[in-house]
Amino acid sequence: METVRVQSVTPNDMPWKIKYDASRCTLCGSCVSACSFRAIECKVERRRMVFSEGEIPDPQQRFSSVPVIRQVKDIQHYCRGCGICEKVCPNDAIAPERNQDTRHPIISRCLGGDSIKRGGRKNLESSVRTLDKLRIGRISQMTDPSLDAQRHTFDMLAPFGRILPAETLPFSVDSNENLQIEDNMPPVRWIYPVVIGDMSIGALSWRMWEAVAMAVAYLNEECGMPVRMCSGEGGVPVRLLKSKYLKYMILQIASGHFGWNRIAKAMPHMVEDPAGILIKIGQGAKPGDGGLLQAGKVADHIQAIRGVPKADLLSPPNHQGLYSIEESVQKMFLSFNAAFKFRVPVAIKVAASSTSVSVFNNLVRDPYNIVGGFFLDGIDGGTGAAHEVSLDHTGHPIVSKLRDCYQAATAQGRQGQIPLWAAGGLGKTGDLAADAFKMMCLGANGVFTGKLILQMAGCVGNDMGRCNACNTGLCPVGITTQEPALVHRLDVDRVAQNIVNYFLAMDTEFKKLMAPIGNSSLPVGRSDALISTDRAVADRLDIQYVC
Amino acid sequence: MCRIGAIKSSNYVHPSLALKLMESQQKGHDNSGFAMVMHDLGGIFENYKHLPTLSMACTDEGLKLAEDMMHEAGFQRVMQWVPETDPQPGLDIHAMPNYVFETFDYPRYFRNGEQKEKEELLLDMRLKLRKALEEDEQGFVYSFWPDVVTLKEIGDPKDIGTYFKLWTPDDKFTARVITAQCRQNTNYDIVRYAAHPFFMQGYTALANGENTFYLKNVAAQRKLHRGYIGFESDSQCFLYTLHYVHRELRWPLRYYKHVVTPLPFADIERREDKEQWLALRQSLAHLEINGPNTIIGVLPDFTMFTCCDAKKLRPVVIGRTDDTVVISSEVCGINDILPDRDWETDIYPHEREIVAIDNDLEVQRWRQ
Repeated sequence: METVRVQSVTPNDMPWKIKYDASRCTLCGSCVSACSFRAIECKVERRRMVFSEGEIPDPQQRFSSVPVIRQVKDIQHYCRGCGICEKVCPNDAIAPERNQDTRHPIISRCLGGDSIKRGGRKNLESSVRTLDKLRIGRISQMTDPSLDAQRHTFDMLAPFGRILPAETLPFSVDSNENLQIEDNMPPVRWIYPVVIGDMSIGALSWRMWEAVAMAVAYLNEECGMPVRMCSGEGGVPVRLLKSKYLKYMILQIASGHFGWNRIAKAMPHMVEDPAGILIKIGQGAKPGDGGLLQAGKVADHIQAIRGVPKADLLSPPNHQGLYSIEESVQKMFLSFNAAFKFRVPVAIKVAASSTSVSVFNNLVRDPYNIVGGFFLDGIDGGTGAAHEVSLDHTGHPIVSKLRDCYQAATAQGRQGQIPLWAAGGLGKTGDLAADAFKMMCLGANGVFTGKLILQMAGCVGNDMGRCNACNTGLCPVGITTQEPALVHRLDVDRVAQNIVNYFLAMDTEFKKLMAPIGNSSLPVGRSDALISTDRAVADRLDIQYVC
Repeated sequence: MCRIGAIKSSNYVHPSLALKLMESQQKGHDNSGFAMVMHDLGGIFENYKHLPTLSMACTDEGLKLAEDMMHEAGFQRVMQWVPETDPQPGLDIHAMPNYVFETFDYPRYFRNGEQKEKEELLLDMRLKLRKALEEDEQGFVYSFWPDVVTLKEIGDPKDIGTYFKLWTPDDKFTARVITAQCRQNTNYDIVRYAAHPFFMQGYTALANGENTFYLKNVAAQRKLHRGYIGFESDSQCFLYTLHYVHRELRWPLRYYKHVVTPLPFADIERREDKEQWLALRQSLAHLEINGPNTIIGVLPDFTMFTCCDAKKLRPVVIGRTDDTVVISSEVCGINDILPDRDWETDIYPHEREIVAIDNDLEVQRWRQ
């Protein structure tokens, strides 16, 4: 009899338990080799069989050694529930099963002496999202007819860049009564209202990043949809910097400034301007926290693009040297505007916060007209790696904050001057067109999305703690890893195709939403088109309550 | 749904013509009111073209209050015209006790002032009067401007015409430009201010249709100008945008069309002047209109114009003779008042043009 050692880690302490049916297992080994977390292993079990052969009981015993698959009892290699074992098993002999009685949050802290880290997203406490409590309830009919989503044309572009109030436009009227431009104006790009949000090479595998870039190029060149992709912090391959496809990229700079050395050096060789610059101040899923790329993910190509050694790469939680909003305007925006000779719009991305409106007000009142967009990121979005305590206990939802910013702008007569872009859990239910449309009605010019793109590529993570191991560099589907064997699981062409198809479907769905409210251009600020059956939501967002 | 009409003539015409223009279109509206704005006045107002005329409907208390305020502000009345009424029993009209058309001279210290200053003074005075008379509905102040009178009332247009004796032409109450509409705005409350034509600082606008960007327009316009108030009707937004683009920004009239129904981005891309197009589209995105509508407008120089929504979801037709041009929702109205015109020269404007008629009655069509 074995001694009971209650402190030992066993599968019932883990968030997932492996359910294994030895009788169906062919011992092919596929599951073990496919498990990127090494959460299962081959083992030989000693078995005893007691039997009796005659008519009278005559117990005999036989010992045998049986090869089996077993869950690893190790907190370093716990099962994430990704289900890859189940995917590869030819006989349905193995699958992870959620363990309601998990002690993981406690034992991993006790054994590790370190905070828990994970990827994925925040699970907001409410089971029904605010956006799902809104409906497009203003239906055009009779004298104000609905449009025809198939037949009519729709103008679905959103601005990226600082927009001047009409009275300050540098216009003159010539002798033919035509308006002529007398002076420079801030650059504004009209782009598709869904930007593929900032995920870096590093956070993503090179094949995943390439697939997204391919999809963006295809959407632009073949489908006529000016979709833009933000590079994330971590640079861009030099070949892309020097190519014509740079015009589809929004280059990001964040507190670590990773990749900017290469970008600056490539500037003289650029044949196109980038679509924009996005200065990342904060991120909604882990507000107040910096970026973290663990050394394990800093592969050779990452070292090359970022110009760094193989080490943990930390982006500080704030931009060093920035002490005020005004200063950020003067220093960062001006320098980045100047770097591209004021031809490229420069925007800012911040985490949604109780204080977002103050920040927005400061920017919208800036006299230099150089802040070209306010990207507001809410709590419900995804992240590659963060401390669990940040993911679970910090942050601010996007919906009411976006609305607050729009209403603040409206109260000052400044709506639209700094385009508002919103993110944070949009498309979480798979239906990004509806979420984006509702956000626009509340005042967003457009939205950006990251996590949903990963899900299009085959990410198996979900809000209930499945996988969420982006931080480990062991992504089982090759999306957030730099391990060549794992990365090659990703079919680049299929991923690009999925993204393109999703955007085409979404585009049709946008039209199906615009048609019934009788709009041929985006319904920015049309909160009259929204209704809610939730009184609190309706009051907070200043829309019609219905019952 | 509304029906709208406008007459521009080289001769002074009587409002009976406007009533006739609207009469055959009555199946298209609900006969719930009558409103008209007359520019370039003849008859008794002809000699006072340079002086502002106050048009309002009010109670006795309201009249006294308004006159006291005008007096206090230094305005001196030089002419008053009270329309003769015929209050027969059974008329469908919610008449106010007094209809006032009073012409004033400017306060002494303004008489030699800049035109612009005078114009701002007139607006401020109208806004002040409107506010003062709002309480208990003591009165409705429609316009206070040189060479312009406005009449609005709730009821059956035919009966309103009878009440004010407008069916019988005379040469006392005439104008070269008359815009008219026969319906209170019933999408919202029945209030006199909700009836178009709407007027502000020489600009008049009336519309047949809906403005589904009403909320966006209102939110933007509230902050653009102190005079952009009320918003009792979604069609008021058309007037304020016209005023803003043409008077405040001083852009030529056809840019009004570009602002309210901007070209699609794909079309802008193909144009040489795309920079201007994009700039005005993005800077004035909140003044764009959507939904079905036809707009008729009049400028301070009496240019009359019409344009439609970007999908041409509402009708409008322009008919003309040598001395008169008529814009109307339906051609039957024009047939009634210009029966002998060459109907082959009628113009049915399309969704991408703005048609303007100048004081020589020359018709200009600008395509976007």
